[in-house]
Amino acid sequence: MTDLVGLLLLIGGAGFFVCGTIGLLRFPDVYTRLHALTKADNLGLGCLVLGLGLVTGSWLDALKLLLVWAVTMIGSAASCHLIAQAALAAGVRPWTDQ
Amino acid sequence: MTTACVALALVILLCIVAGLARVFGGPSRIDRLLAAQLMGSAGVATLLLLAYGLDRPSLVDVALVIALLAAVTSVTFVQRGLAADAAAGGPRHD
Repeated sequence: MTDLVGLLLLIGGAGFFVCGTIGLLRFPDVYTRLHALTKADNLGLGCLVLGLGLVTGSWLDALKLLLVWAVTMIGSAASCHLIAQAALAAGVRPWTDQ
Repeated sequence: MTTACVALALVILLCIVAGLARVFGGPSRIDRLLAAQLMGSAGVATLLLLAYGLDRPSLVDVALVIALLAAVTSVTFVQRGLAADAAAGGPRHD
C-alpha cells in the first residue's frame, strides 16, 4: 500500500515536471514561463520527495530528502521573485491578450 | 520499484533536453536563465530518483549541492546581468 501511494506520488511529480517543461516552451512571455517553472520546482519536486520518502522506509533518509526540498523551495521562491522584479525593472512588459 | 525510479529519472532527463530548446531559442536572456533554472531543479529530481533507483545514497548530497548552486545562479544573474541591462536601457535580445 505504501509502495503504491509512493509510486503514484512519483509519477505525479514527474508529470508536474513534464507540464512545467511544456509551459516553459509554450507560454508567451517571461512572467508566464516563470509561473510554469516554479510549479515544476515546488510541486513536482515536492511530490517526488514525498514519494521517495515513502518508499525508502527510513526516517533519516526521508528527513534528508525533505531538507533537499526545503532548500530548493527557498531558493526557487527567492529567485522567482528576484527575476520577476528585475525583469519589470528592466522594462519587460507583461503579456496581454491584445 | 527501483526500475520505476530509473524510468522516471529518464522522463525528467528528457524534460531537461526539451528545455534546451528555450536556451537556444531565447528570445531574451531571462528566458535562457529560466531554462537553466529548470535544469537545476530537474537535475535535483533526477539525482534523487537515481539515488534510490541505483542504491547510491551519496547522490542525495550531490542533489543538495546542486539545489544550493541553482539559487546562487539566478541571484548572480539578476545582480550582474540584468542590472547592467537596465542601466543600458531595456532588456537585451541576444
